[in-house]
Amino acid sequence: MKYVLMICGEESDAPIPPQDDAIPECVAWAEEMRRRGVLRDVIGMRASGDATTVRVRGHEVLLTDGPFAETKDQIGGFGVIECADLDEAVDVASRHPMARFGMIEVRPVWEG
Amino acid sequence: MTPEVGEAVATAFHQEWGQIVATLIRITGDWDLAEESAQDAFALALQRWPRDGVPRKPGAWLTTTARNRAVDRMRRVAVGAAKMREVAMSSFPDEPGGEVVVSGVRDDRLRLIFTCCHPALALEAQVALTLRTLAGLTTAEIGRAFLVPEQTMSKRLVRAKSKIRNAGIPYRVPPAHLLPERTTAVLGVLYLLFNEGYAATTGADLVRQGLGAEAIRLSRVLVRLMPDEPEAAGLLALMLLHDARRATRVDDAGDLVTLEHQDRARWDGGEIAEGLALLDAALRRGSPGPYQVQAAIAACHATATVAADTDWAEIAVLYGELARLMPSPVVELNRAVAVAMAGGPAEGLVLVEALVASGKLGGYHLLPATRADLLRRLGRTDEAAAAYREALELVAGDAERRYLARRLAETTAPA
Repeated sequence: MKYVLMICGEESDAPIPPQDDAIPECVAWAEEMRRRGVLRDVIGMRASGDATTVRVRGHEVLLTDGPFAETKDQIGGFGVIECADLDEAVDVASRHPMARFGMIEVRPVWEG
Repeated sequence: MTPEVGEAVATAFHQEWGQIVATLIRITGDWDLAEESAQDAFALALQRWPRDGVPRKPGAWLTTTARNRAVDRMRRVAVGAAKMREVAMSSFPDEPGGEVVVSGVRDDRLRLIFTCCHPALALEAQVALTLRTLAGLTTAEIGRAFLVPEQTMSKRLVRAKSKIRNAGIPYRVPPAHLLPERTTAVLGVLYLLFNEGYAATTGADLVRQGLGAEAIRLSRVLVRLMPDEPEAAGLLALMLLHDARRATRVDDAGDLVTLEHQDRARWDGGEIAEGLALLDAALRRGSPGPYQVQAAIAACHATATVAADTDWAEIAVLYGELARLMPSPVVELNRAVAVAMAGGPAEGLVLVEALVASGKLGGYHLLPATRADLLRRLGRTDEAAAAYREALELVAGDAERRYLARRLAETTAPA
């Protein structure tokens, strides 16, 4: 089964680097998970202050400066993993360094 | 239908429902189909058994019938031919060629227990799923037991089952490295069920009282399936030792009777003997846990023929052990009570005052109630009365409120 890992944390405490390879621990995690054959993709994002939120209402394209929800914790990166079941996905997520400082939401991918 | 046949169906329901559903989930992978087919099998038993007689092995008859119904239902919704053939070919013990899957079938119920109590499900969903799929309670019954409308409970169950399917919660007994924490989760659900039932004291709460019996039944199954897990045996012992006192906990007026004043002759000797034997065997394994220690405390009470014989010094030691295994202010409060019984109210009051100072149990009525009790015994009646009033402001249950009010009246009455 495919799962998306949404890697969350407080931006002030653990600034999310522009690229996931900026934090050695994240790199080590990604390498280990690739070796295990579960990691399909991983991306790190710039801080939510750089986000633009887009809505279309009627014929108007509405833009807001910032993320869609102003919460203390923000998503800083995504991973896509392929695992046998949720127990394995939880194991993979729990080994990510951000699980210790922030949290990781594990969400199954819609597969029709 | 003769009463004997009706009873045979009821017995089979209690003994076999969880097993049948568990096996059908394994072979079909579909929780709803499993429940519906099991229901069909029991409905068919009610028609056939009065006419044909009760089969020699009711469980095998029901499982085979349920499997056949599952194949019918799958045919109707045109499930892939390969899956249908797989289900149709699956065999059970007591059928020719069934021996090969015996161990698989025996583990099915354990798979189901662990899946229902998976920590990725909300606790209330774990409880509801356990009662529905393992114990066979209807959605309406579970709703009544937890005081929520049937529709709410039904939604909760549907949501839990769809999460199991969509999120890929595995249907299995967890591997060794996950087993200890997952076993703790299972025991927690069963203990919660028992407490829900035990807390219900009035006749109007009959449905809730039934939860206690279900919790004991499911714990027996777990102890049979996990004979090497002393905490499972400890939990069952704890339940039995408490359940033995159930009938004496409330008087005819519905008022709470404290342990000290309960009619010990009416305690259930059979349950006490079984609880003590289970506890002894568990403790001999030399790996004590919170449930075994709590059962040991319950055993101290259960074996005292009169209240005055209670070994409070031993109970105080056991609460100390429990506080070490499972630190909690409620355990500290209980330890204070035991210390007061063993060494006098002044000694217990020191511990209670420390708890009050820590602020950890703010809002918990038993803290001022215990303090009031100790102050009363020390003859400090004004302070005791104030503490009883404080407890009365916090208490929620009727029976306990009446008990505290009675105590307050005694304390403030002119001597």
